[in-house]
Amino acid sequence: MRVELTVNGEPLLADDVWEGESLLYLLRERLGLPGSKNACEQGECGSCTVYLDGVTVCACLVAAGQAAGRQVVTVEGLTDRMTEPAALHPIQQAFLDAGAVQCGFCTPGLLVATHDLLARLPAPTDEQVRESLAGNLCRCTGYEKILDAVRLAAGRLAADASGGHGRNAAGPKPGDQR
Amino acid sequence: MTGPAITEQVGTGTARGVGSSPARPDGVLKVTGQFAYGSDLWMDGMLWGVTLRSPHPHAVIGSIDISAALATPGVHAVLTHADVPGRNLVGLEHADQPVLAESVVRYQGEPVALVAADHPEIARRAAGRIVVDYQVLSPVSDPRTALDAAPLHPGGNLVRRVKIRKGDPAPVADVVVRGEYRVGMQDQAFLGPESGLAIPDGEGGVDLHVATQWLHVDQQQVCTALGLTPDRVRLTLAGVGGAFGGREDLSMHVHGCLLALHTGKPIKMVYSREESFFGHVHRHPAWLQYEYGADSSGALVYARGEICLDGGAYASSTGAVVANAATMGLGPYDIPNVHVDCYGVYTTNPPCGAMRGFGAVQAAFAYEAMMDKLADALQMDPVALRIRNAMSEGSRVPTGQLVDSAAPVAELIGRVRDLPQPPAPPTAGPVDLRQLPGGVGNTTHGEGVRRGVGYAVAYKNVAFSEGFDDHSTARVRLEVAGGTPIVTVHTAAAEVGQGLVTVQQQICRTELGVDTVLVHPADTTVGSAGSTSASRQTYVTGGAVQHVCALVRARVLELTAALPDLPGTPVGLRDGAVVDADGAALIDLAELLGDQAVERTDEWRHRRTYPIDPETGQGDAHVQYSFSAHRAVVDVDVELGLVKVIELACAQDVGRAMNPDAVLGQIQGGSTQGMGLALMEEIQVVDGKIVNPSFTDYLIPTILDTPPMPIQVLENPDPHAPFGLRGVGEAPTVSSGPAVLAAIRAACGHDLTRVPVRPQDIIG
Repeated sequence: MRVELTVNGEPLLADDVWEGESLLYLLRERLGLPGSKNACEQGECGSCTVYLDGVTVCACLVAAGQAAGRQVVTVEGLTDRMTEPAALHPIQQAFLDAGAVQCGFCTPGLLVATHDLLARLPAPTDEQVRESLAGNLCRCTGYEKILDAVRLAAGRLAADASGGHGRNAAGPKPGDQR
Repeated sequence: MTGPAITEQVGTGTARGVGSSPARPDGVLKVTGQFAYGSDLWMDGMLWGVTLRSPHPHAVIGSIDISAALATPGVHAVLTHADVPGRNLVGLEHADQPVLAESVVRYQGEPVALVAADHPEIARRAAGRIVVDYQVLSPVSDPRTALDAAPLHPGGNLVRRVKIRKGDPAPVADVVVRGEYRVGMQDQAFLGPESGLAIPDGEGGVDLHVATQWLHVDQQQVCTALGLTPDRVRLTLAGVGGAFGGREDLSMHVHGCLLALHTGKPIKMVYSREESFFGHVHRHPAWLQYEYGADSSGALVYARGEICLDGGAYASSTGAVVANAATMGLGPYDIPNVHVDCYGVYTTNPPCGAMRGFGAVQAAFAYEAMMDKLADALQMDPVALRIRNAMSEGSRVPTGQLVDSAAPVAELIGRVRDLPQPPAPPTAGPVDLRQLPGGVGNTTHGEGVRRGVGYAVAYKNVAFSEGFDDHSTARVRLEVAGGTPIVTVHTAAAEVGQGLVTVQQQICRTELGVDTVLVHPADTTVGSAGSTSASRQTYVTGGAVQHVCALVRARVLELTAALPDLPGTPVGLRDGAVVDADGAALIDLAELLGDQAVERTDEWRHRRTYPIDPETGQGDAHVQYSFSAHRAVVDVDVELGLVKVIELACAQDVGRAMNPDAVLGQIQGGSTQGMGLALMEEIQVVDGKIVNPSFTDYLIPTILDTPPMPIQVLENPDPHAPFGLRGVGEAPTVSSGPAVLAAIRAACGHDLTRVPVRPQDIIG
């Protein structure tokens, strides 16, 4: 079947998609977007977390056909590559600065999940962070530096927001047309 | 960070060198989704390879009919053992495992056949059409009786036995305690699945891009199986999504190459999570019987231990794990009289091999429980008893080897004891369920919850032991590009997430005074770096990089000294210039080198080790020890058997914090894996079959399960090691789990003997 959808603001299509394929397979193997990761492919690890019409989902649990006509944002779309090809989102920068990236396989999913968390709760408590990220497994870090990264990102985004830029804490709402 | 500083060589260095925490070179790629892991590789015209695995733990293969699979549209190849051109046996220490099973399968999940097809689902369905005639045999499931079972391999079912004997064979003590412990099978659970891309070169050779821990030992095994020379089999490290020991053995390596050479097309193989549970070795389950004796003052008189390790169907690194469990088997204590027997056996259970902590982990659960039992029997404080018996510099370990560098065991456990305690559990008023055992399961609001505090201290050998030629190789090139000096460092060392690429850059910056350092992709065009395991790469590959940088620096100084009219004597490199003893720049590297490059390649070895005596276990087997201590604070719902770890504090001596952020990351991650084994992680095997091969049923700690981890890092340099460093990665995995168990025992009062602990054990 043919699947047409919008990924990171760009209309894309794939032909000869087998009905059993997941959105994750579609992104990784057919659309050249391997950033979303295939750690468990059973919805337990969160490594493939993407936005689907603005709601975070595990891309491995969404059939490719279910994404037809919808808006997907992946880790590759957290910054606007058209206008700022070299720029990192403040959350991406915070993960690097805090040392929250080791092997990095959980990182894309955690970045999208954190992006969603900080859009909902710009100043979360540690307990809120833990609850919100409990669906994202990390095997390397013991999570301490991931917590540091989320705190750092929240602080920087709040400072940006109060600095008069007037933008939403976590940037443009994911899934919005660019 | 505390401890004495190491003075850098005069006139050497630059910012972002050793001791700093610069950004990792792969970081931007990793946060933007562009870092190419093994499972992300892709080529035009590639096919997907899948593996058919045995559903039975033990069976004779009568026949294999591939005709229906081969006839499936979209299938390009179906291969069996008959298609293995070289020797159909591979293995890390002993070549005992078929690439593809021939006449017998010895574990559930053993590879039997391969399929290559246009689409992974076509390949999977075709694999399902392969008809294998199995005659099912009884599994050999219990390692404690495996030595009496019919032999699974030509040499019998004993993989290795290690004995350690020291002192009086019949010692007498005032106080004697005994215990029996059982440690379950842990999975590395790295997130990036086994994966790679094999590309035929059209001339009978193959290029393999694979996520692994040790390229050169892989290359040897692939060459043997394919019947090819190493120049025809070239390996490049693909991006690795964690390893923890689980990638030291082969996974898809030979299989992918076989399919690539057979079809003439690139082959991509990626294991699913379920297949991953069958596709790599696990931590050995252990059965441990211990007896400790002390005098009435609390001084240890003797220790006896018998350890049985289930090696599963194939040896992997069981021999070395046995030696480790034996030599690390009694912990970092001074014990005058020692009797240890440790053995590993073949069964038809899943093969076991390397996992972070490598034998030391299992033993620590037993010896630290014995120390707590002894403290209880002596009515002593458990920390005081540990300090009373703590190993120190100048001690001799049970194998007779002198501890010839800092061993601050007493200080480490004292430090975690002296840290502030976390707040007491709430007893009244509104409660945050997320801070209670059972969490938002809403199983308690504090009733039945008891606080427990537990301690453990452990040690772990660093690098390969027992006389192994444990070297690494580095190539370092210094040149000028665009007017800027640039260093390229090339090793075959596997970056698996720990940050070795960053440390290599830091060492080059410190040694060569050049800020821009490129890390060449790891591959087999440079000599072996040895394995990314045993906490060894910063030590051994770091040592190699430092050594080769010194060769490059010597050449640069030689070139400088040949110049006329120098205002001083060149002694080092700093900030892109050759400097004199006062640090004054004599000439910029850009000016000195012009279009000339200085490149050196060499091997480097740590100090020699020796085999241990087969009857007494005596011998200088180890290179270095790494020490850590933990204090665990837990709240336990003693009515439901649920545990909330409130805090997991650690103190570790790292010799030199090469990269302080990465050191903390290793301690935090390692502590969490040890905690996971204590509380929840177990591959459950029933009659040789894994019943929980998924992240739904095999649980690893989430961010909700993992507590704050205050950390104290000591830096007592090891004079024998590069930069004074100590391998960091494993010790925290050894001591964290026993501390958690001790804390739960303190809370519930039961003699918990099984790891991971289960609710029914806590209820008692």
